[in-house]
Amino acid sequence: MSFQFNPDQLRDSIVELIRITSTQLPKDVLQAMSDGRDSEEDGSPAQSVLDFMIRNAKAAEQNSTPICQDTGTNIHYVTIPVGVSMNLVRQVIIDATKIATEKTYLRPNAVDSVTGKNTGDNTGTMAPYIHFEEWDQSAIKIQFALKGGGSENVSAQYKLPDSTLNAGRNLDGVYKCVIDAVNSAQGLGCAPGVLGIGVGGDRASGMLTAKKQLFRNLSDTNPNVQLAELEEKLYKDLNTLEIGPMGFGGKTTVLGVKAGDVHRLPASFFVSIAYMCWADRRHTMTFTETEVTYD
Amino acid sequence: MINLQLPVSEEQIRSLKIGDEVSLTGVMVTGRDAAHAWMIEEKPEEVRELLNGTVIYHCGPVVSQKDDEWTFVAAGPTTSIREEPYQGDVMKEYKLRAVMGKGGMGEKTLAALKEHGGVYLHAVGGAATLQAQSVKKVRDVIKLEEFGVPEAMWVIEVEDFRAVVTMDSHGNSIHKTIKEKSSKIAEKLIHS
Repeated sequence: MSFQFNPDQLRDSIVELIRITSTQLPKDVLQAMSDGRDSEEDGSPAQSVLDFMIRNAKAAEQNSTPICQDTGTNIHYVTIPVGVSMNLVRQVIIDATKIATEKTYLRPNAVDSVTGKNTGDNTGTMAPYIHFEEWDQSAIKIQFALKGGGSENVSAQYKLPDSTLNAGRNLDGVYKCVIDAVNSAQGLGCAPGVLGIGVGGDRASGMLTAKKQLFRNLSDTNPNVQLAELEEKLYKDLNTLEIGPMGFGGKTTVLGVKAGDVHRLPASFFVSIAYMCWADRRHTMTFTETEVTYD
Repeated sequence: MINLQLPVSEEQIRSLKIGDEVSLTGVMVTGRDAAHAWMIEEKPEEVRELLNGTVIYHCGPVVSQKDDEWTFVAAGPTTSIREEPYQGDVMKEYKLRAVMGKGGMGEKTLAALKEHGGVYLHAVGGAATLQAQSVKKVRDVIKLEEFGVPEAMWVIEVEDFRAVVTMDSHGNSIHKTIKEKSSKIAEKLIHS
């Protein structure tokens, strides 16, 4: 029996997913912020900035208003059961996006790149961004993120080898690129950031992999031992840069570092770094024939 | 905490130094990419009185409208450095006393702050709900149709809006010193 669902119900559930994501900071992120706050010196600007961020996150959840006014690129990673129409789900997501914009969970953020005109409803060419995969479970899963422009602007892509960084075609080279990217970003990506790293791939698959890492729980451990070591070393060393929250100085420069790998061409070795701001808005919805859950 | 009532005098602005925490009350105006290009290219007269002695806030808010009344729902700062080519000239042309946004600005703006008597105020990025709560009233909006919601110039009354001085009128910039320091550490990590 193929998966049966009511498109109106799916649409309303996605509007709710968008509301939750725009207004509620995930628990692991809030915990990392609170740990960061406790590690900063009492009375330091870093501590007062982190306090302000945490207070804001709580107020946003209470009032059901956006954590950040830049509700960013709307990213949907959708996994559908066999037989479900991608075109239908795409249309439902577009409808939900328009409704969520009307309800001010989202700021109108889709601008025509040729005319400069804002469409006013967050839809347009490849907006929202939707990536489909299929699985053999009887549920539609949507991993949804709102990625702000400030953090997207400091995301970066390197090509190994890189002689200015003395970076070779190996994980040590990847390490050097990430240190350089975070130092270049300073506070501009709304530090403390969360980093998704794509090791290898082409320019598109590498960045897709980097962005997918942002859905991992901050406290998980990479099953690949070498990548786990890289993540840990980067997390520790990046927090010695003294950039701190919003770039005012301090010990909390990144909240997490997550890396994934993709096969590459013999000729190419890309390092893709997706910088996510502290307002790391991402939630997952699981929609089955009988219930909807949000994580 | 230093209270600043807007509009503010040059003398009071010149007394501020980096690291000072300020609380703003009064009328200020938002403006970002489209607004800055407009002010430089067309030198509009209609914003002259509004901007005199006050703050331009780099912010593209989330707003709601009920009847004819606008409300700010979320209103944090956007990245300021995009206005670097314009900001110093806009500041002098329209007699602004402060620029507020996030991430800081460059040498051209720093020089203008010194020459004209201005400061750069840093608001916490992503803390938009709390910041919107400090916006008590939307007085007017300029160029809404042409620029769209995020880019329009919103004339707002604020009360106890918090920010930190990160660039002052004495040539100091927190952003410059933090970057110099972190770059040395990064250099060591990369080349060790």
